[in-house]
Amino acid sequence: MMGALNQYLELFDNSRHDIDNGSAGAMNRLRHDARAALEGRRLPDTGDEGFEKTSIEAMFAPDLGLNINRVALPCDIASAFKCGVPNVSSLLAIMVNDTFVPSATLLNNLPDGITVMSLARAAAERPEEIDRHYGTAASLDAPGTALNTMLAQDGIYIHVDRGIKLDRPLQLVNLTSTPVPMLIPRRVLIVLEEGASLSVLTCDHTMKDSASAVSSQVIEILAGPGSSLNVCDIEESAPDQSRYSQTYVTMHDGADVSIGGMTLHCGTTRNEYSVDIRGQHCQCHLGGMAIGSGKQHIDNSSDVIHSAPHSDSRQLFKYVLDDEAHGAFEGSIVVTPDAPYTQAYQSDRNILASANARMHTKPQLLIYNDEVKCSHGATTGQLDEQALFYMQTRGIPRQQARMMLMQAFMAEVIDTVRVDAVRDRLRYLVERRLAGFDASCNDCSTCHTQQ
Amino acid sequence: MNELLKVSNLHASIGDKEILKGINLTIKPGEVHAIMGPNGSGKSTLSSVLAGNPTFTVTEGEVSFHGLDLLSLSPEDRSHEGLFLSFQYPVEIPGVSMVNFMRAAVNAKLKYFNKPPMPANEFLKLMREKRAIVELDNKLASRSVNEGFSGGEKKRNEIFQMAVLEPCLSILDETDSGLDIDALRIVAEGVNKLKTPDNATIVITHYQRLLDYIKPDVVHILYKGRIVYTGGPELALELEEKGYDWIKNQADNIGKEA
Ligand SMILES: Nc1ncnc2c1ncn2[C@@H]1O[C@H](COP(=O)(O)OP(=O)(O)OP(=O)(O)O)[C@@H](O)[C@H]1O
Ligand SMILES: [Mg+2]
Repeated sequence: MMGALNQYLELFDNSRHDIDNGSAGAMNRLRHDARAALEGRRLPDTGDEGFEKTSIEAMFAPDLGLNINRVALPCDIASAFKCGVPNVSSLLAIMVNDTFVPSATLLNNLPDGITVMSLARAAAERPEEIDRHYGTAASLDAPGTALNTMLAQDGIYIHVDRGIKLDRPLQLVNLTSTPVPMLIPRRVLIVLEEGASLSVLTCDHTMKDSASAVSSQVIEILAGPGSSLNVCDIEESAPDQSRYSQTYVTMHDGADVSIGGMTLHCGTTRNEYSVDIRGQHCQCHLGGMAIGSGKQHIDNSSDVIHSAPHSDSRQLFKYVLDDEAHGAFEGSIVVTPDAPYTQAYQSDRNILASANARMHTKPQLLIYNDEVKCSHGATTGQLDEQALFYMQTRGIPRQQARMMLMQAFMAEVIDTVRVDAVRDRLRYLVERRLAGFDASCNDCSTCHTQQ
Repeated sequence: MNELLKVSNLHASIGDKEILKGINLTIKPGEVHAIMGPNGSGKSTLSSVLAGNPTFTVTEGEVSFHGLDLLSLSPEDRSHEGLFLSFQYPVEIPGVSMVNFMRAAVNAKLKYFNKPPMPANEFLKLMREKRAIVELDNKLASRSVNEGFSGGEKKRNEIFQMAVLEPCLSILDETDSGLDIDALRIVAEGVNKLKTPDNATIVITHYQRLLDYIKPDVVHILYKGRIVYTGGPELALELEEKGYDWIKNQADNIGKEA
């Protein structure tokens, strides 16, 4: 079967040796399973179950290069730095494309019991540890994940020891900087041992003058018993960029995981969240916001499975779409027979700010149990004209009034971010985004003018 | 003599339904005009059209506002030029705090007149001063605009905003409805405090009791989209006593003859 996938399979078959050379241990070992899983498959296309509006096939179809030989691509990291969270920069990890950038500052500032390092290096230096975790949450049945597993050579490994609680957020910055169109497969493995606690702020930035790129990102999160994790993932890429991000979370007894995916600037973005709640008394919050303008395309998909009793999950996704932006949300909650006393809620609220913006939404509840409290709801509407007029009569220009209403609409999602510094930062970024400073981080004007 | 507002033969429709059918109204600085009239006669529509609500289409007529062509201005510019509408039904805006709302309003007006934004401390002082005029509870200032405000609190909030914006023409659309007796007095006194020889007020009401506090110079009766009767303050008292039937009959008969 011909398709976008073929070029990568071919590339893999021809360059297997080089790919292995640029990576290590478990990352290499799993490639072969991944290759096998892709045999006879194709990438999801629009209209496929769960991919109603987004074609992964089309995203991966261009002739994209891969940095198999680990050539160091020039990147003026300093110029992107001002995108950092104020006051938390002491724990900053950077990936340039699919390569982890070692930092002495980060090493020196990391408290005992916390590891943040190159995943390839971890696979070489701590093989048993990576073997034990790598690929255990992600599913090779998903072609995107299998492709990522087959090709990814590096990424980030984060490990928090038992009982260790990090007191400030860790910031991960993903910089895209490439002279030619490229596929960037990146892998993130986050392991929280029992009682560990961590907050992460992730920022995706596209460097000025970068060619278009497709990021393929697989994130595995293993949340041990009683552990706590907050992730705020902010995408500020550029209109010619694509992102396919797949997040897999495994939660054990008493784990508390909160993940917010915030798409502020992008080209075509598809985020998938698969949460496997295996433990009792877990709390899972999934949130997301999407601010789309121009021809941006933002698709979020969630799949939360409750397979143990007494756990709660809450999902809140909100979109504001202007111009000809397209949004999609598909979310499913599955409550298995083994998960009585589950509480699971899902809400998707959207505003179409222009006549040509489109939103597709499909919430699903699959409940195989009577002892549960579940609900889901989706609404798509317009900005409140009455409120706009009221504001205008007080002298607030219509454009500003629109912006204030959009900001107000997003406040609920911003408030789900638990770390104060991160929440304030996000509020600020959203405000700027809505105010129309949408040159995006492509030329980093968003960040550079702020100080 | 100079006119603050001159409405000439104003027609306005919603869809193909004509609601205002030729309004003529002239207001001079320092005057208070009351507009009364049965439900559905077009009082709120007139105030909405003057404020620039895009729901209504002006099909005929002109409005001059201290020399400006009012109908050509955006609602925000009408506000900057000194028009204020106290809504019959103030709008709730969840998620937008009163403080941000007022700051945006104040600074937008300053910007319109090419002035820099108001410094934060000055702004807070202004808010405090103006709140005092209508005895608006401090706790409301930290909430979202009108969200969860009681009916009376919403009306006080309207007059508070009027106090901050210092308009030269205020249209109070049933500001008295929903107010208890004490609140009515406070709000009316607030309006009177803000009165100067240079500004004017249009009071839309169904009841004489508001006019006991805010004394009108002229009373108009609006019926079926027209001002069918104009008189002095005594007209309001007469209506209170006799109701609208005599006016309706009179107007409908004229309508038949025409
Ligand atoms: N948005 C609208 N859509 C359709 N009809 C409308 C709309 N707004 C007003 N109308 C109609 O216009 C007419 C005048 O309404 P308006 O609200 O101006 O009356 P009013 O004099 O203020 O009445 P009240 O004393 O009850 O406040 C009514 O017949 C009303 O139904
Ligand atoms: Mg009315």
